[in-house]
Amino acid sequence: MLAIDGSTLDFKRLDRLALQNTVIHRIDARVKVVTTIVFIICVVSFDRYTIAAMLPFLSFPIVLSVLGNLPPGYLLRKLLLVIPFALAIGLFNPLFDRQVVLRFGELNVWGGWVSCASILLRAILTASTAIILVAVTGFPAICAALQKLGMPQVFAIQLQFLYRYIFVLTDEAVRVARSRQLRSFGRRGLGLHQFGSLIGHLLLRTWERAERIHMAMLSRGFQGEFQATWGKGRLGRDDLFFISGWSALFVFFRFYNLPQFLGNLMTWRIP
Amino acid sequence: MSHHIVEARHLHHIYPDGTTALKDVSFRVHHGESVAIIGANGAGKSTLLLHLNGYLGATSGEVVVGDLTVSKKNLVDVRRTVGMVFQDPDDQLFMPTVFDDVAFGPMNMGLPKSEVERRVKDALDRVGAQNLTDRPPYHLSGGEKKRVAIASVLSMLPEILILDEPTSGLDPCARRQLMAMLRAFHHTRIITSHDLDMVMELCERTIVLHEGQVMADGPTLEIFRDESLLDRCCLEKPFAMQNCPNCSPKTIDNPAQKPLIVPHPDKPHHHSHNR
Amino acid sequence: MHMADALISPTVGGVLWTVSAGTIAYCSNRVKQEINDRKIPLMGVFGAFVFAAQMINFAIPATGSSGHLGGGLLLAILLGPHAAFLSIASVLMVQALFFADGGLLALGCNIINLGFFPAFIAYPWIYKRLVGRPLKPSRIFFAAVVSAVIGLQLGALGVVLQTVASGVAALPFSSFLMLMQPIHLAIGIIEGIVTAFVVLFVYRARPEILDAALRSQPIGQLPQRTIVVTFLVASFTLAGGLSWLASESPDGLEWSIAKLTGAEELPPPSSTEHVRASALQDKTAIMRDYAFPPDNENENLSAGQTAPLSTSVAGVVGGMVTLMMCAMIGLLLRKCRK
Repeated sequence: MLAIDGSTLDFKRLDRLALQNTVIHRIDARVKVVTTIVFIICVVSFDRYTIAAMLPFLSFPIVLSVLGNLPPGYLLRKLLLVIPFALAIGLFNPLFDRQVVLRFGELNVWGGWVSCASILLRAILTASTAIILVAVTGFPAICAALQKLGMPQVFAIQLQFLYRYIFVLTDEAVRVARSRQLRSFGRRGLGLHQFGSLIGHLLLRTWERAERIHMAMLSRGFQGEFQATWGKGRLGRDDLFFISGWSALFVFFRFYNLPQFLGNLMTWRIP
Repeated sequence: MSHHIVEARHLHHIYPDGTTALKDVSFRVHHGESVAIIGANGAGKSTLLLHLNGYLGATSGEVVVGDLTVSKKNLVDVRRTVGMVFQDPDDQLFMPTVFDDVAFGPMNMGLPKSEVERRVKDALDRVGAQNLTDRPPYHLSGGEKKRVAIASVLSMLPEILILDEPTSGLDPCARRQLMAMLRAFHHTRIITSHDLDMVMELCERTIVLHEGQVMADGPTLEIFRDESLLDRCCLEKPFAMQNCPNCSPKTIDNPAQKPLIVPHPDKPHHHSHNR
Repeated sequence: MHMADALISPTVGGVLWTVSAGTIAYCSNRVKQEINDRKIPLMGVFGAFVFAAQMINFAIPATGSSGHLGGGLLLAILLGPHAAFLSIASVLMVQALFFADGGLLALGCNIINLGFFPAFIAYPWIYKRLVGRPLKPSRIFFAAVVSAVIGLQLGALGVVLQTVASGVAALPFSSFLMLMQPIHLAIGIIEGIVTAFVVLFVYRARPEILDAALRSQPIGQLPQRTIVVTFLVASFTLAGGLSWLASESPDGLEWSIAKLTGAEELPPPSSTEHVRASALQDKTAIMRDYAFPPDNENENLSAGQTAPLSTSVAGVVGGMVTLMMCAMIGLLLRKCRK
């Protein structure tokens, strides 16, 4: 199996998770989007040396993924793919920031290491909530939510189209890549020139497909304007509870160092 | 009810790059008829279909749908009357859920919410896809996609249905289901296909296109019996008519057609049974 | 490269979010005014195409590695700047959600870095001018490479500026710049060559597509210069305003929330401004509790009345307890579900 087969399967799996019906899936998409944004802003607004105070924020992805019935192994694997990118920049920190900020007896810890660990934690928190948001909401619902929150309709619609045809076009790309792989021995046939015409073919087919879609739209009475679909417009009690509860908790976590408090409680005997 | 008529009058179509796609095509389809348009690849079938709902304009000649001569002014009415089901359901199902897709046409017609919902439900019922309402189209099987694509057209309550290759890409079981469904419709139907067995079962009349021209227009069985015509147009008899001891005439479930199959002792059994 | 949430501050993220949302609104409006409603499915489907194309790798000559298409410039050449910008923005949005590539807050940065620069700078100012009319293969090739390089250099510069302005990473501006620009020069050349091959393929197969894209001028279009100037003015105003807010307090957000909750009005332990600020920081749990550079060790001792060692130990222990609690909540909920 090619790597590309794997990545499209992975994509479809995430999308299928959103088709479940759990407490979390039933929450209004707007509420989930806004809560996630509040979460991310609270997390990234911490000082660069913060670690402990950020830890309570882990409760949000954990609670959502458990109640949303998401497979933990799958989420962790996805996280592992993303984290190296943030860490690549974070690992420069110990080189440039050698101010001692922590002391454990003889052990002096440089600021760079602390901020690097902080970046790692930020990456885990922000990346996991983004993935979880899709897995408990579904992309089309997120689009609809953003449109209700003021995203322009043209943009929302083309996001919808993009999403719909990712499934069709990646399948097409997989077939093309497979047939190329089977006929290119070693690295021959994978060069830029062949790539150009392979992608070019894919592009022309895409163009023709777009024309057929346009035809299908016209033949069903499309006149340049998308009619608004009706969805549930009102927020329920659960929705309000979700957004206000979590946001209050985030603000509390952000301004009150819970781990420090717990630690002080447990180590008060130590001089 | 004579207004449910589709008529092509001396249609010519020349593409911008100079290729002639249609040459003097004329025919008339009456209310309730089921007509097949067959022909080799590139014979002009798709181009012809696109004229029937006004997507392409004729270079010369005209198309009449009901009482209307298709023109820029009445496109909306024409497209409401002529429901077009495209070959690849992926081109036709572009909305986030099956409901949205089936509702797309009625919503563009400006119908009120309750009416749209009723129509969506009816259309999905007719194709046996009630259980798919909230599913996204990309997670459907090929047969399901096809049925939803047909529902997305039925919801506009068209009087004429045009189907481009309805059975292509379906497994034998889904193909059977689809054929049974199409047979139950009472719309005027125009079907293009390479699946000549399906044509034989569903269409009493066939128009043969070759290089943009109408080569024959008549009862389906007569056309399929004319071997020299089929040869000239790169076509072949349906398997059910090739008089093979293994596959005919038992496989034909339409008893009316049985006596018409004439054995051809001189014709060798050249086709394989791996379908 | 994609900016990540882990590396940006809310101020930088917020400014670029606002700017890119504004540009999206502007472009949506423009595209809507175009007479040709064919473009709506075309944009979306081309976004999906870029997505699919990115999954197919090619071998980079003379190296052992392989790369994939970025696609920003290609979309601009095929769709024109406005539609291309929207298309790129939506590709980035899907990437942010499905692969956590970048992140939701960093999305604004990424849309500007990878969407604005190719669509509104590289394409109209470089590609269009170099390619001229009528179209010729050699000029297409040259124009594509030059504009891809410039677009990516600007994007890389954007990444550096945003990272340094955020101040989460410690990499100094000059070193980061020296790291990013040469890498992106190489990436830009390859992106340019690949884009050129694809465009040339389209040019040979369906020249009318490229012709239509070059000719398409939406009615009543603002000149490109106006867009760029508006963009710059908006960015600087926002950035200036927000950084002023940020300098007033440890952080703009903190400041506004502190105001909302009235935290600042809480009785300070001492009347001096200095200690008052540090009290706010204690409350907001920044590393002040952990950090004890020699010069403010005394202050820390007097304010917190905890010995340095116990503070750090308490932090570590408390962190562990918190982690355990989070895990427990997860396990309990899982049990309850079953």
